[in-house]
Amino acid sequence: MTRLILSRLVQALATLLVTSLIVFVLARSSGSPADLVLPTDATPAERALYIERMGLDRPIAEQYLIFLRDAVQGDFGVSIRTGAPATELVFDRVGRTLLLATAGLAVALLISLPLGVMAAVHRGRGWDRFSMGFALLGQSTPAFWLGIVLILIFAVWLRWLPSSGVGGWQHYVLPSLVLGWSISAGIVRLLRSSMLEVLDAEFIKLARTKGLREPVVVWKHALRNALIPVVTFIGFMYGVIIASGVVIEVVFGWPGLGYLAYESTLWRDFPVLQLSVLVYTAIIVGINFLVDVSYGLIDPRIRT
Amino acid sequence: MTQQAQPILQVRNLVTRIGGKRGFGNAVDDVSFDLMPGETLGLVGESGSGKSMTCLSVLRLTPPAATHITGGQVIFDGEDLLRKTGAEMRGYRGRRISMILQDPMRALNPVLTVGEQIFESLRLHRGLRGAALREAACELLERVRIPDPAAGLTAYPHHFSGGMRQRVVGAIALAGNPDILIADEPTTALDVTVQAAFLDLLKSIQRQDRLGILFVTHDFAVVSRMCDRVAVMYAGRIVETAPTDMLFDRPRHPYTESLLRSVPDVDRREERLYAIPGQPPSVFAPRTGCPFAPRCPRAMDRCRQETPPTRRLDDGHEVSCWLHEE
Repeated sequence: MTRLILSRLVQALATLLVTSLIVFVLARSSGSPADLVLPTDATPAERALYIERMGLDRPIAEQYLIFLRDAVQGDFGVSIRTGAPATELVFDRVGRTLLLATAGLAVALLISLPLGVMAAVHRGRGWDRFSMGFALLGQSTPAFWLGIVLILIFAVWLRWLPSSGVGGWQHYVLPSLVLGWSISAGIVRLLRSSMLEVLDAEFIKLARTKGLREPVVVWKHALRNALIPVVTFIGFMYGVIIASGVVIEVVFGWPGLGYLAYESTLWRDFPVLQLSVLVYTAIIVGINFLVDVSYGLIDPRIRT
Repeated sequence: MTQQAQPILQVRNLVTRIGGKRGFGNAVDDVSFDLMPGETLGLVGESGSGKSMTCLSVLRLTPPAATHITGGQVIFDGEDLLRKTGAEMRGYRGRRISMILQDPMRALNPVLTVGEQIFESLRLHRGLRGAALREAACELLERVRIPDPAAGLTAYPHHFSGGMRQRVVGAIALAGNPDILIADEPTTALDVTVQAAFLDLLKSIQRQDRLGILFVTHDFAVVSRMCDRVAVMYAGRIVETAPTDMLFDRPRHPYTESLLRSVPDVDRREERLYAIPGQPPSVFAPRTGCPFAPRCPRAMDRCRQETPPTRRLDDGHEVSCWLHEE
């Protein structure tokens, strides 16, 4: 276990390093922040001065090394736009993004676990078709479009729910529904096929010969086994939710990391953008690690 | 039978149809047999002859999408199980009629502890909770001779060998104090030495509990060791039933004869093994007459046209063959 954790840690650091390099180069290839920050009537001299002050005139390799030197000391620079430290801006928002993504995942599980199980149990019949149809609808509808439509219906017409921002639980409903629904299709389909396989297993036959009620056979004996291959996928999908959360945060005006990354891209706010992406990377790496660990929890054969 | 015994299980003219894309047919075709308390009835035949399907039909656990029990009676303790509701039927499974499956490596749930899988049955059939539950589970594991039962309860199936797992399955089957045990090739997947130990265990438990055992196998060595009587199945039908020694000494149905001839004899060491020519018929093939007729060395015209009825001969054999019509 310690070896697993150590090797994962090394992998994680390597991933972060490579990501930081890519973001660093890509961001700078999009243009200079001077175009956006300085007034349009700024003289070339003012422009040059600004660029020199920000260190943007140096070779990109040197800039990157400076960035790394500062980063290991916990200094990720200040926002070009607001002057606040990037760390402050980013860490202020990570929590809200994680909360929303987790709510989205919870919605996805609430939708796809019952649907996947029912689809397998009632294979080829009404429940099966309904489940697959419902899931497919969520997958094939673009999330931003679905978000806008839901805002229109529930916030604008019915006025049941807020259209944007953060606040009480009501603010979570629409964005987490969009996120959860959008990833349900894959989980439903995978769980269905996994359940179908498990329901044919000998130990399911044995469970029935014991006289157990069918719901116990399905939800206790079959589901726990069927979830083993699905857990990896759910972990992967958690990453997808966090990534697609950028769009959802913009649509729902959710002041999270995604919205910050979006804004800092528009403003060429390199320090904030770099740190945002690095935090995203760290989250995804962390999730993958948790998935590996959760395997052992659900499948005793891996524990020993 | 010393006392005047009533059969604990009487199967009468059982028919189980199987169907799918490839057509329809009778997987179990007009099967009748009795099982006495404390008796072991062997059910032998080639794979696909309907042995397992007969067992599952008794418990009404045949695959629901593809199969349907269309006729006959399964009279257990005076009641026809085929007339029971689903909920009533569950009250029989595991409590009055238990089952041991063929492959112990796959018969236990890999993600639940052995203890939990035994507890389930004890809670359901004996209503036990708490300390009494653990105690009863330990006793069961002791009964099937699993060393260190207390540790066994917290172990997972993969911690056990095949033979030990089959004992756990046995413990689960015994949890409800059943009257009948259906053993569907319980030792086929085990090593020979492990096999012998398991069969001895089964025998001793049977004597203690007066357990009626329906023992499915295709292994005649196991049959002679375990069974009081044997029913031979072919193509979904029972073609011959007889006390074990009489069946071995003097088989009356040509199929039984061929089957016994095809058992390799360790003493004789023949150069070539005998195999019955031809293939057993597909369950989906339309049939007239005796299903064994196409492979039968003594088939007559009548065999190909009419299905022979089951006759009880003077020597105690019950056989379904035109050769024995006077």
